[in-house]
Amino acid sequence: MSELISLTAAETAAKISAGEVSAREVAQAHLDRIGAVDDRIQAFLRVDTAGALKAADAVDQAKAKGEQLGPLAGVPLALKDVVVTNGLETTSGSKILSGWIPPYDATITTRMREAGIVILGKTNMDEFAMGSSTENSAFATTHNPWDLDRTPGGSSGGSSAAVASYEAPLAIGTDTGGSIRQPAAVTGIVGHKPTYGSVSRYGLIAFSSSLDQAGPFGRTVLDAALLHEVIAGHDPCDSTSLDVPVAPVVAAAREGANGDLAGLTVGIVRELGGEGYESGVTAAFTDAAQRLEAMGAKVVEVSCPHFGYALAAYYLIAPSEASSNLARFDSVRYGLRVGDDGARSLEEVMSLTREAGFGPEVKRRIMIGTYALSSGYYDAYYGQAQKVRTLISRDFADAFQTCDVLISPATPTVAFRLGERVDDPMAMYAADLCTLPASLAGVPAISVPCGLSAGLPVGLQVMAPALADDRCYRVAAAVEASYGAPLIASAPAL
Amino acid sequence: MTTTLPPFDDVVARFEPVIGLETHVELGTRTKMFCGCMTDFGSEPNTQICPVCLGLPGSLPVANKAAIEATIRIGLALNCSIASWCRFARKNYFYPDMPKDYQISQYDEPLCFEGYLDITSEGQSYRIGIERVHLEEDTGKTLHVGGATGRIHGATHSLVDYNRAGIPLVEIVTKPVPGIGAKAPEVAKAYVTELRNLVRGLGVSDVRMEQGSLRCDVNTALNLPGADWGTRTETKNVNSLRSVERAVRSEMIRQASVLDGGGRIVQETRHFHEDTGVTTSGRSKEEATDYRYFPEPDLVPLAPDASWVEELRATLPETPSVRRGRLQEAWGVSDHDMDSIANAGAVELIVATIEAGASSEAARKWWLGELARRANETGTELDALPITPAQVAAVAALVDAGRVNDKLARQVLEGVLAGEGDPEAVVVSRGLEVVSDTGALGAAVDEAIAANPDVAQKIREGKVAAAGALVGAVMKTTRGQADAKVVRDLILERLS
Amino acid sequence: MPAISREEVAHLARLARLAVTDEELGVFAGQLDVILGAVARVGEVAADDIPPTSHVVPVTNVLRPDEPRPSLDRDAVLACAPAAEDGRFRVPRILDEEA
Ligand SMILES: [Mg+2]
Ligand SMILES: [Zn+2]
Repeated sequence: MSELISLTAAETAAKISAGEVSAREVAQAHLDRIGAVDDRIQAFLRVDTAGALKAADAVDQAKAKGEQLGPLAGVPLALKDVVVTNGLETTSGSKILSGWIPPYDATITTRMREAGIVILGKTNMDEFAMGSSTENSAFATTHNPWDLDRTPGGSSGGSSAAVASYEAPLAIGTDTGGSIRQPAAVTGIVGHKPTYGSVSRYGLIAFSSSLDQAGPFGRTVLDAALLHEVIAGHDPCDSTSLDVPVAPVVAAAREGANGDLAGLTVGIVRELGGEGYESGVTAAFTDAAQRLEAMGAKVVEVSCPHFGYALAAYYLIAPSEASSNLARFDSVRYGLRVGDDGARSLEEVMSLTREAGFGPEVKRRIMIGTYALSSGYYDAYYGQAQKVRTLISRDFADAFQTCDVLISPATPTVAFRLGERVDDPMAMYAADLCTLPASLAGVPAISVPCGLSAGLPVGLQVMAPALADDRCYRVAAAVEASYGAPLIASAPAL
Repeated sequence: MTTTLPPFDDVVARFEPVIGLETHVELGTRTKMFCGCMTDFGSEPNTQICPVCLGLPGSLPVANKAAIEATIRIGLALNCSIASWCRFARKNYFYPDMPKDYQISQYDEPLCFEGYLDITSEGQSYRIGIERVHLEEDTGKTLHVGGATGRIHGATHSLVDYNRAGIPLVEIVTKPVPGIGAKAPEVAKAYVTELRNLVRGLGVSDVRMEQGSLRCDVNTALNLPGADWGTRTETKNVNSLRSVERAVRSEMIRQASVLDGGGRIVQETRHFHEDTGVTTSGRSKEEATDYRYFPEPDLVPLAPDASWVEELRATLPETPSVRRGRLQEAWGVSDHDMDSIANAGAVELIVATIEAGASSEAARKWWLGELARRANETGTELDALPITPAQVAAVAALVDAGRVNDKLARQVLEGVLAGEGDPEAVVVSRGLEVVSDTGALGAAVDEAIAANPDVAQKIREGKVAAAGALVGAVMKTTRGQADAKVVRDLILERLS
Repeated sequence: MPAISREEVAHLARLARLAVTDEELGVFAGQLDVILGAVARVGEVAADDIPPTSHVVPVTNVLRPDEPRPSLDRDAVLACAPAAEDGRFRVPRILDEEA
């Protein structure tokens, strides 16, 4: 394995900045790595070799001109295919968008380009981010580098697998109900879901507008924090974007690495554990809690009585919004058109296109959402789910009265086997059990590796109050530091 | 099935109508409701589009402040309460002219609610209740190809232009208006006319029905005296003020005919046809539409605070009715005449003509006379005629200067309307100036005297009144361009 | 509450413009029944006095100034469309809604 690909993003940027290595060499090393292993991992839907090298060259030229480089300039990144890229095909993992070349960049794409980040390509994902294993992709099945028979999680499984297999030091995922944290957990890397509204959604192909949030993946907490600071911040193109300063996550990651958590109160959420959680996961989680205590944190148990209803509320709210967000895929302005034989009506062509273009999970959720919003059912389903959302937010508010952060396992189990849950939607949905409450309340949450269970990584979830993303990073960095080296280093070689 | 339709008088003698109006006003903001695309009317198709108004994946809406303020001002002018907190909602249905296949609209939380508009029709005042005023986005425009006359029926395919998609649209819904009997058609028209004047006075829209920036749906129901209100129908495609009146009348007659035949009124959408003046049924859809409204998650709530609302209230101009009262006094016209002026949509045109230098008499005379006749002939509104108040004032100035008489002035107006340029240019190109040069008229006078020896003799004998016949003859040979007073003087001079 | 019939699935599919196959009707009916049965739990806790949450950000009145921004190039946009004609998006005939 080339030394260049095993560096952290922070180290890579420092070397490029110091002129020890060129951005082009770094990009080429990662493109070579993709060429060597991605037929087994299948993290990428498309690799943009030309675009990556061009972006790397631009960084090298800026460096040659003596320009000050940003903290991630020249660092390669894998971008989830839900994020719109001007001139580069973007599909959201769906056949219905196959071949669509966006005429604009997402705000976060623009920010990363401006920061000199080198986008290597677009990563595989569950279609429209609906899933927890990346098996719902219309194009490929992504494999977990820890065990190729297992899933890398989902829906950002392409991004998590790319980082975990050293194809890229950084990746972008999106998290609607856990789609950053769960894949990070099961691939042994760091993934953070920012406070809702702190990263622009402009240019993220919407799944569930009131929940979607883009966030960083890295092999270290600091790397994730560095990427977080590039993508976060107010965007006037997103009405739900918060016009407040970005939390100091990089400083928090550095501070946490000192391993001193004195004065911090950590709450273990009683409802996110126990029955249904793999014993290996529970053991790793308990060990992590003890490490926090050892570093000076006060660890208490708290109850969030309505978290048990998060799954039900989520699987009403997200499909409802999705049923509306996905209506635009109608064969008129872009994307697939099926059955236009000159005789059929538009209505028939629309229905045939959507039938052919969407996979079973997407159709299932569209129908659930259509049902939940229908007159006569709205109050009992969508309306009630929104009330549960209020109750979950109140549970968080109560818990944060006494705790600075809350912790839980990031997932109830380690990476499950490919194919194991594809025919059982409810079993698949259960993979998000721990991550859903933070999504519904819009609060930030990170997953950081906290040991192994039977040789597979376990994630610790750290949740903080809205806008206090820095607390997640601080605690995560402390946990990371307590293991000496990032756990990903113990992943089997590919 | 052909049935004889009952006469309108008979319908209103036996049934009571309840009407309601839903009016859509396209705001004249520079940019669209949720994106920065321009709103220019008549641009090349699909040149005012961006990721947002095209509904491209990933795009998000941001509300236009000017549109929110215009809506609040309309609400205030309609005596509405302004919501202290409200949300946009998604109205979900598939249609190709709607880029996201949902419309961002408002559902149970309109920005403005519970107001009224006072109107006058034929000397009678009415207070029309306003249920709500809300803001939404317009759809694109669809062109149907391959069928007859561009109709959807029989078309082989359709073409969509999204320039209009996303233009802010204010929907103004009245409460049901019962108890107006035979006056229902006129009241409906007077309401839309007054609403148009009010919106125009606010300067937030050019409210032109023929360009679609003012669109009106008319709800009509009939019931027997003392019975519950009948089932209502919603008539769309009502594209002029005159059509508002015609649509109500025609729908009342049709419903009476159905009820007379023992039938039931079906709650449905009907289309008004300008050419025939009747409504036809929209084909009933396979299933009732279920719009699945829910709060728009991409837009945060609107919460206009009291100080913002009061700031906007301070910008309201005097209401059209107060303004009319003031103008009526200034012009010295009767209630009845002022009503006709208002109903003709001529108030602001007359004001502008006076501002351009005409007397109020002349301004009223030309707008309500010749120009109203022309508008009526061509089935357009007065303000849609291709003539400006300044041009009308110029015509009045020509008359005052004695350069044209009334008859010639009508020809000047005709020339302006035909696109021949300003009044001065028309006078020159058509050679319409009054001839008062005695030398030039002398020959014509001599000719008239020679051709009418009997009349000439009478005048010589002192019957001066007979001179009129000779004047008429001279006017005829000069095609009306002679100055009649000069001609008369010449005749009397020669025959005395 | 749920016991989703094939007819209901067919109705939902029509509303959502999905030309589902006969086979899918049966599969979806079974799965929707299970899922909707599970999510109906939301009815157990949320009482009348609990306000619904539609937006988690505590923000109102996010507005933009009425200032023009550049539009997209028409040809580039139409090039992505399944069909175009005369500068417009071309679609198959639309079902007749007016008589
Ligand atoms: Mg409307
Ligand atoms: Zn636009």
